Amino acid sequence: MRVRVLTFVGPFAVAVALALVAPAAGQAPKKYNPPKTPWGDPDLQGVWNDATSTPLQRPTNVGEKGVLSDEEAEDFQKSLAHDLTRDRRDGGNAADVNRAYNEHWMDARRLKITADKRTSLIVEPADGRIPALVTLPPERERVRASRAAAAARFAAGLPENYTDMSWPVRCVVRTDVPPYLPTIYNNNFQIFQSPGYVTIAPEMIHSARIIPVDGRPHLNKRLRQWLGDSRGRWEGSTLVVETTNFKPEEGVLFLGANPATYTITERFTRVAADAINYEFTVTDPTTWSKPWTALIPWNKVDPGEQMFEYACHEDNFDIVHFLTGARVREKNGETAAQPARNEPR
Amino acid sequence: MQLRRSIAFLGVAGTVAFIWLAVPSLVGQQRPAAGPQFPAGYRSARAADGHPDLNGIWQAMVTANWDLEDHEAQPGPHPELNGAYGAGPAGQSIVEGGEIPYKPEALARRKANFENRLKVDVSEDKTWHALGDPELKCYLPGVPRATYMPFPFQIVQGTNPYILMAYEFTSATRIIRMDWKQNAPTDSWMGWSRGRWEGDTLVVDVTGQREETWFDRAGNYHSDALHVVERYTPASPYHMMYEATIEDPNVFTRPWKISFPLYRRMEKNLQLLEFKCVPFTEELLFGKFRKPGAR
Repeated sequence: MRVRVLTFVGPFAVAVALALVAPAAGQAPKKYNPPKTPWGDPDLQGVWNDATSTPLQRPTNVGEKGVLSDEEAEDFQKSLAHDLTRDRRDGGNAADVNRAYNEHWMDARRLKITADKRTSLIVEPADGRIPALVTLPPERERVRASRAAAAARFAAGLPENYTDMSWPVRCVVRTDVPPYLPTIYNNNFQIFQSPGYVTIAPEMIHSARIIPVDGRPHLNKRLRQWLGDSRGRWEGSTLVVETTNFKPEEGVLFLGANPATYTITERFTRVAADAINYEFTVTDPTTWSKPWTALIPWNKVDPGEQMFEYACHEDNFDIVHFLTGARVREKNGETAAQPARNEPR
Repeated sequence: MQLRRSIAFLGVAGTVAFIWLAVPSLVGQQRPAAGPQFPAGYRSARAADGHPDLNGIWQAMVTANWDLEDHEAQPGPHPELNGAYGAGPAGQSIVEGGEIPYKPEALARRKANFENRLKVDVSEDKTWHALGDPELKCYLPGVPRATYMPFPFQIVQGTNPYILMAYEFTSATRIIRMDWKQNAPTDSWMGWSRGRWEGDTLVVDVTGQREETWFDRAGNYHSDALHVVERYTPASPYHMMYEATIEDPNVFTRPWKISFPLYRRMEKNLQLLEFKCVPFTEELLFGKFRKPGAR
């Protein structure tokens, strides 16, 4: 009897011990009790920023290391920052002016790796990389190839039509489609809470994801949205959000996942007064051989630094410049321009 | 002389006004007040912060998005193709006194706006915004237009110094910063909104709006000197009165007011959906720059 109890407790104890030696990356060592709203929900309100230079997938040059030593981390951060920054002097005067112009509206926070010194935002699978693709049916391969060809025309400075450009370039959606991934600027998210709702307003593009946390059912499957349809629930002090009903347009979902089988679960946990762990798991058995999970730290922005409207479509001069430029290049018989966009995204 | 004539005139006018006022007051004793009334002395439910709870999905029922002033029903842009689809409903003015007090020299621009409301030309950056109703192009609508477009909006009111207003039209949002000192850092499409409570009324002061937004499809417009003060006052569990005072000395002779009720949307499990209209405008705006023969 006594022995049986021990066998039961055994694996549990091992799990607890493991959790103690290796706390999930990004988590505060001591359990933090977040403040509560007057109606009793954990309080996640504030303006948060998710910028980091830590790449989504582990780069090949760091081997299998998931977490770096202080010294390695310094080198890793330096080398990433060198590639990302425009505040460097190795390109001559013209490059210097171009870079300076671009630098001022970029987020300086994007030059630092995560405080826990990870080599990838992906924490599962353990190799820090997006799992292998499954074999796609010919129709999806065809759509992917056509999207890739359009992207190549755009990158060569020869878009044939506005449809050759991505949804972000067309100002339809940007970093507001979950999962939220860091980019070069406007990495701010403001969280609002009211009884029965958690609302996340990503700075780019001025949308609000108003998430019911009152147990109501999802929208009918036929009603699909660019940002999907989100439902939240509290698990302890973690907000768990499941999102479905994404629109089927190619390129809306990350890496061309299949909206019919794709699910995303996001977990928001306030781990300190000034930090949220944002963790998401995507599952799509008709696209990836297994689910994958990433963890991105969100840092609270100084209250003096406010979100500001990011209008996009209203002054999207770029789209006309790209197209008229391409028409001129065609007239001149050019086959490819300098890459129009060489910024990492 | 001049003065005496004015006094004499006032005397006559005063007498006429007295008689005219006297007539309805005599008749009025037999007739109830015109139209439905909100419950007198309504006290709103309270939010956690002790102020009126404005949380919910709201919508205006007026047709001011077609024209703030009185307007008859009108056919859509291409009735030969679309029949009654896209036609505009008739509506009564929401402007106090009926008409917007334009400066005489500002009226030509309204007329031109209306005539050019369906045209666009984005081939030059400098004249990008010269033609067309911003709504036609799916631009952020600005304030107060966002409030009376024929789409719902949601108020998210928590306990921090922010109230979020999220509009279904083009997923527009604006943050109302309560008791906030800082001025607009620069102009924006939805403006810089600072709020305060005056009793049970949420008063929102909106500055820093881009000059390119319009008030309606009739071409009513403003300059970058636009200053809007909105008042949201709960009037029943299902209604708020909305009032906006609009001031712009470049275009109008004096501040003027609009007002109408907002209705709480009561459908079960209702949620704000997406009206992301950018893809609906791309062919109109950018189609002409396509490679000949390309799809």
